[in-house]
Amino acid sequence: MKTLRSTDVVIIGGGWTGLLMAKELGSRTALSVVVLERGGPRKTQDYAADMDELDYFVRLHMMQDPSRETVTLRHSPSERALPIRQFGAFLPGSGIGGTGEHWGAVYPRLLPDCFELYSKTVGKYGVKKLPEGHSMQDWGITYDELEPYYARSERELGVSGKAGNLKGKKIEGGNIFEGWRSSEYPMPPVKTPYFSDLFGKATKSLGYHPFSNPVAINSEHYTNPDGMSRAACAFCGYCERLGCMIGAKAQPTNTFLPVIQKQKSVSIRTGTSVRRIVKDTAEAYGKARGVTYIDVSGEEIFQPADLVILASWTLGNNHLLLLSGIGNPYNPATGKGILGKNLTHQVSFPAAQSFLEKPLNRFMGAGGIGMRIADLEGDVLDQSNLPFIRGGIFQGHSVGYQPIAIFGSVPRSVKSRWGAEWKKASIEYYDRTGTVSFSGEQIPYKGNYIDLDPTYKDHAGDPLLRLTINWRENERKMVEYMTAKGVEIARAMGAKEINPFPGYGDYDVTRYQSTHLQGGTIMAPSPERGVVNTFLQHWQVPNLFILGASTFPNTGSANPTPTILALTYRTADAIVDRYLKNPAPLA
Amino acid sequence: MRRRQFLVLSAASIGGVLVYSLDRRASRLFAQEKSSQSLKIPLRFFTEAEALIVAAAASRIFPSDDSGPGAKEAGVVIYIDRQLAGPYGRDRYRYTQGPFVEDAPREFGYQGKATPREVYREGLKDLKGFDRLSPEEQDKQLRQIESSHFFALLRQNTIEGMFCDPMHGGNADMVGWQLIGFPGPRMSNYADVDKHYGEAFRPKPVSLQQVVGRKVRPSEDEDLK
Ligand SMILES: Cc1cc2nc3c(=O)[nH]c(=O)nc-3n(C[C@H](O)[C@H](O)[C@H](O)COP(=O)(O)OP(=O)(O)OC[C@H]3O[C@@H](n4cnc5c(N)ncnc54)[C@H](O)[C@@H]3O)c2cc1C
Ligand code: SF4
Repeated sequence: MKTLRSTDVVIIGGGWTGLLMAKELGSRTALSVVVLERGGPRKTQDYAADMDELDYFVRLHMMQDPSRETVTLRHSPSERALPIRQFGAFLPGSGIGGTGEHWGAVYPRLLPDCFELYSKTVGKYGVKKLPEGHSMQDWGITYDELEPYYARSERELGVSGKAGNLKGKKIEGGNIFEGWRSSEYPMPPVKTPYFSDLFGKATKSLGYHPFSNPVAINSEHYTNPDGMSRAACAFCGYCERLGCMIGAKAQPTNTFLPVIQKQKSVSIRTGTSVRRIVKDTAEAYGKARGVTYIDVSGEEIFQPADLVILASWTLGNNHLLLLSGIGNPYNPATGKGILGKNLTHQVSFPAAQSFLEKPLNRFMGAGGIGMRIADLEGDVLDQSNLPFIRGGIFQGHSVGYQPIAIFGSVPRSVKSRWGAEWKKASIEYYDRTGTVSFSGEQIPYKGNYIDLDPTYKDHAGDPLLRLTINWRENERKMVEYMTAKGVEIARAMGAKEINPFPGYGDYDVTRYQSTHLQGGTIMAPSPERGVVNTFLQHWQVPNLFILGASTFPNTGSANPTPTILALTYRTADAIVDRYLKNPAPLA
Repeated sequence: MRRRQFLVLSAASIGGVLVYSLDRRASRLFAQEKSSQSLKIPLRFFTEAEALIVAAAASRIFPSDDSGPGAKEAGVVIYIDRQLAGPYGRDRYRYTQGPFVEDAPREFGYQGKATPREVYREGLKDLKGFDRLSPEEQDKQLRQIESSHFFALLRQNTIEGMFCDPMHGGNADMVGWQLIGFPGPRMSNYADVDKHYGEAFRPKPVSLQQVVGRKVRPSEDEDLK
């Protein structure tokens, strides 16, 4: 194995979190920083020639290559796990910019009570209300502490939206249920396509409070505090699952990367698959000495470093810690250990597929734009008399639809799935189908967790990561309740026919949910309850920091990236202002 | 090396729209020339007999009838032939390490060992002579295999071949996109996205090659020398 010259900092992963940390350290310190990214390089100019549904939306050319590395999954600890042979329920990224290149860019903050899920729920409804087998706990950090970092990330990425709660003052047209905001969004909301407009009017008529999704997509030309200047969105619709060819959707390659490329102290190495974090002892604790990786030629390399930043998304973060023997793996039978605990995946489903009278021109749209309502979310929804806890948001998305993905949706009254009758109905409804979709919280359970698979291996011969996850009573009841609400909304939109969601069975790896997997390396104010402290510093290995949603003890119903990036800013501040002066535990 | 196989179609039967669905070299010949009585399309994966069966089956899944053109006009069989010859056909995009649990619950997706190429080769064995049956008999046979993995692939690939960018060999002359009013990759809808509420807005379709002004290499050509 070749050993390279030591660097001050090594960052594993060149996605949203890895590149943000690289940019912050590069501009605020003199440290030498190396970013290791397993995928290839990318730039905005590549994306025009990629406007092809088949190769990018169907064959998923931007995503992690499952033939090299995937995960296995099972529904309970007593089952044998099977590999996810093709990604479906979630779509991990690879390459510079990571998943952040082909995301939808919805940019909502978590509700304040998500950070104190356990104590707020017990405080309001009592311990008896907690679902069986839950493993809820507070984060150890509050919304108020995170607010300035949320605001900073919104300015940096450029977010379009309308505030609904400015320093406690409620504002009509924004999300009046959101946590307080110190400032308005950097840009006004994006335009509203027809279907989202229908959703907005229908929900308003039902007494809800619709607002335009906050999105990291430019509604107008925008220049961020780093001087990065980007165009307004053209609503081309070749957006989610693809990068933006004009840079209107915030992506790591059009926000952080150009800044990093000017910094001499930061270097990025693509095609480097990190295999282990190397420690100075054989114990679970100690000090990280660097990382080993395989480069494109297949050579194994040791990169020594004083500070290791793990930023390889939820799956990569858990995988590398487990493979490296860092920390105490969680054992669901005894409840001992912590690494791998609290795996969660938001409840996301098409509550009501609505067949409408008029054409929608659905090809026009962008990423996660649309209208949403938060009246049934978190503690906004009174759960006293409901058979479940927590809730979520409804939205009428206008992502910009592609034909292979959506052709063939027909009302249930049409029985055939091929042939003349099906073809005729599919053409008729092709541009008249809109989905009222729901996204809600999955609370953490003792039985939903991550460890290593005993059977299946990746391209390097290492065990695959194993996810043990399933839906439980709380999610199934929530889905049932929310499906009925979704159908009401679809009716108010004037739907001629409605396909209500059939309900949650077992976790299904083939149906896209969202790429919002959380947990496994969760944060907590004590090492017994968390892998990292609230500065995302490893409790047992203080020169190791872990970024991303793997540190979330629970989900919100909101998309995770704003919280991921706000926490990354907070960690960057803690490293620059405190850790570098005294490289010791920060908590 | 397999012997070169061709799919021979009469120019009249396909309505002269095959410009995009020909092999790169052949596309220069301009197939719609009224003089030519038949078209020889070089096949990359199927034998001619297999191609005729796949074409016939795709036409029952997505028929050409009074609701508009179908798999035949779009060149779906040519699309499928190229996909199977390329990385998709040899399962380049799937985790293919064993052990395989063939009877896994539906929630785990396809867990079988067979590649799309193998699934088609196997599946086609049961459809010998299919292209010579009457439409009613063809439908009857398809109904018998409706729940098979082969049929699921065939149905999915037919939809892909109807609506993919023409560079992939299907959606010839953008007939699929015209059928449903999809305009293809348009660089900007800025002025239109919040207009046309409730009315069909149907810009003329354009292909990726027309938009970027040069040839784009589709993934199925990765394996071509
Ligand atoms: C289709 C889609 C839509 C989405 N929409 C939204 C949305 O609307 N709103 C929202 O908030 N979020 C959305 N997300 C999620 C969002 O993209 C992620 O939350 C975000 O990118 C996470 O940032 P990260 O840095 O943790 O991970 P990533 O951005 O994925 O970066 C991790 C990087 O680490 C690299 N890596 C992994 N393992 C290794 C290794 N061993 N060695 C070297 N490199 C490695 C990966 O290749 C990757 O580039 C979406 C995701 C997808 C796929
Ligand atoms: S829809 Fe807008 S943000 Fe998305 S790719 Fe097109 S121009 Fe870019």
